[in-house]
Amino acid sequence: MAQSKLWTAAPEWAVYAVGLVPAADLFVRAFSNALGADPLRILENGLGEWALRFLILGLAVTPLMRLARINLVKYRRALGLVAFIYVVLHLGVYLVLDKQFFWGEIGADIVKRPYITIGMAAFVLLVPLAVTSNRLSIRKMGAAGWRKLHRLVYPAVLFGAVHYLLLVKAWPPEPIIYLVIVVGLLALRFVKPARRARGGSPGLAREAVRQ
Amino acid sequence: MSVYRYPVPPASEITPKSVVLNRRAFMAGAAGLAFASQVAPARAAEKLTTVASPFSTDEAPNPLDDISGYCNFYEFGTGKGDPASYAGDLTTRPWTIEVGGLVNNPGTLDIDDLMTNYTLEDRIYRLRCVEAWSMVVPWVGIPLASVLEKFDVQGSAKYVAFETLVRPEEMPGQRAGYRILPWPYVEGLRLDEAMHPLTILAVGLHGEVLPNQNGAPVRLVVPWKYGFKSIKSIVSIKFTEEEPPATWNLQNPREYGFYSNVNPQVDHPRWSQATERRIGGGLFAKRVETQMFNGYADQVASLYEGMDLSKYF
Ligand code: HEM
Repeated sequence: MAQSKLWTAAPEWAVYAVGLVPAADLFVRAFSNALGADPLRILENGLGEWALRFLILGLAVTPLMRLARINLVKYRRALGLVAFIYVVLHLGVYLVLDKQFFWGEIGADIVKRPYITIGMAAFVLLVPLAVTSNRLSIRKMGAAGWRKLHRLVYPAVLFGAVHYLLLVKAWPPEPIIYLVIVVGLLALRFVKPARRARGGSPGLAREAVRQ
Repeated sequence: MSVYRYPVPPASEITPKSVVLNRRAFMAGAAGLAFASQVAPARAAEKLTTVASPFSTDEAPNPLDDISGYCNFYEFGTGKGDPASYAGDLTTRPWTIEVGGLVNNPGTLDIDDLMTNYTLEDRIYRLRCVEAWSMVVPWVGIPLASVLEKFDVQGSAKYVAFETLVRPEEMPGQRAGYRILPWPYVEGLRLDEAMHPLTILAVGLHGEVLPNQNGAPVRLVVPWKYGFKSIKSIVSIKFTEEEPPATWNLQNPREYGFYSNVNPQVDHPRWSQATERRIGGGLFAKRVETQMFNGYADQVASLYEGMDLSKYF
């Protein structure tokens, strides 16, 4: 059952081109003083939220293939790298513009503030994934080892979503919605073996595993 | 338990309004505002007649756009821009505050009486939010003590409890499908805090009628405490013997104490309170050190003498 070519008509680089538009928009508006009274917060939070969105998109590729039979694997690496770029920009804004290199306060934040600790943990987990997101690394590490390493994305996304929930006051809906989506997408991974046992399409399952 | 003091406000602050606001001009202004709000929201408010106050800081106030565009007022939503977007529909007339509890003369305060029978003072105060940002706000208000005097507080009263309007039809945050906070929003002060000359009921901002999103028509301002203590759109004031409930304290007692005095040495469990970002300085604004009692220590530190402020935070 072949999917329409339209799904994969766009080149991979289009993900970067489109994906980084919100970042460009945020920075342009931040530097032109068009983000309202507190541009720093909008910039910092905006980058964090886009990081989370792209991590979620990357996480959705496999379930989409399994459940809707739409194969977007071609774009997954780009989605992951765009997410990582957002995380790096988010962290950079935190260090440079928010905490302004007050290393004492930054250190205390990382140790004492659970939302920063867990955000930092998410960042640390993503670094090796970003570094190895190239063909050479896959070849060097072997597909199995590489795949194993890249399972780190699961805790990383979960940490990212929990980080959001931990930093808000009261219970605004957004962080809860993101967390539910992330937990849902992760849960889909873990029902996979059960589905296969029940005789789902072996070809598709193999295809999913290959990624 | 600390000794309760009842600072007597200087005579200048309880003098009945000397420069009486031209009421008709005010009403015309209000009508103008109602009209203008359909065309160009948040502008064209009538100027109030005010006198300067020695309690004002000489720091430069934030422009009206900062103050009215960047608010926490969860009755209108949790986003900082939500109050500006959704508070326009709030009906602020008629408006009365029920005053009761341990008083000999319970009664009501009418907003128009409040605005015409008292001297309105410009009080330029620093405002420090618990989220570690700050502004300088040129409030227009009346010392709370001078307003509450006529209700004749009983000797047993030790606290003052405040309550915000509940009106889901006009407050989208109150009709959200899930509960953002328990409504009504409630707050409380110790009696000596409430009667302190720095504590005001604000009815205006930048010399104009208070924008709805900033707590119209009348709100509390307690400048040495984190912003959430300064309860907005007040409909009830009660004197009590017991410490009254306070919304954020109920929500999370570990993070928000009853006192919630600005204190750089006592961190919020989830973030540092040592420094703050002054809103309005743009993307590259330098962080500034947070001052004890938000810089009002000379006036209020004596209220807390002998108290362990990391325990009573
Ligand atoms: C995978 C990694 C991360 C993700 C997905 C992420 C995501 C987010 C999100 C969604 C928000 C809130 C956006 C909003 O309120 O609209 C946020 C805010 C924030 N994040 Fe992250 N973040 C990550 C890593 C980090 C790291 C490494 C740090 C710093 C060490 C950090 C520091 C912050 C800060 C300071 C805020 C703003 C808090 C405030 O508004 O006061 N984040 N992040």
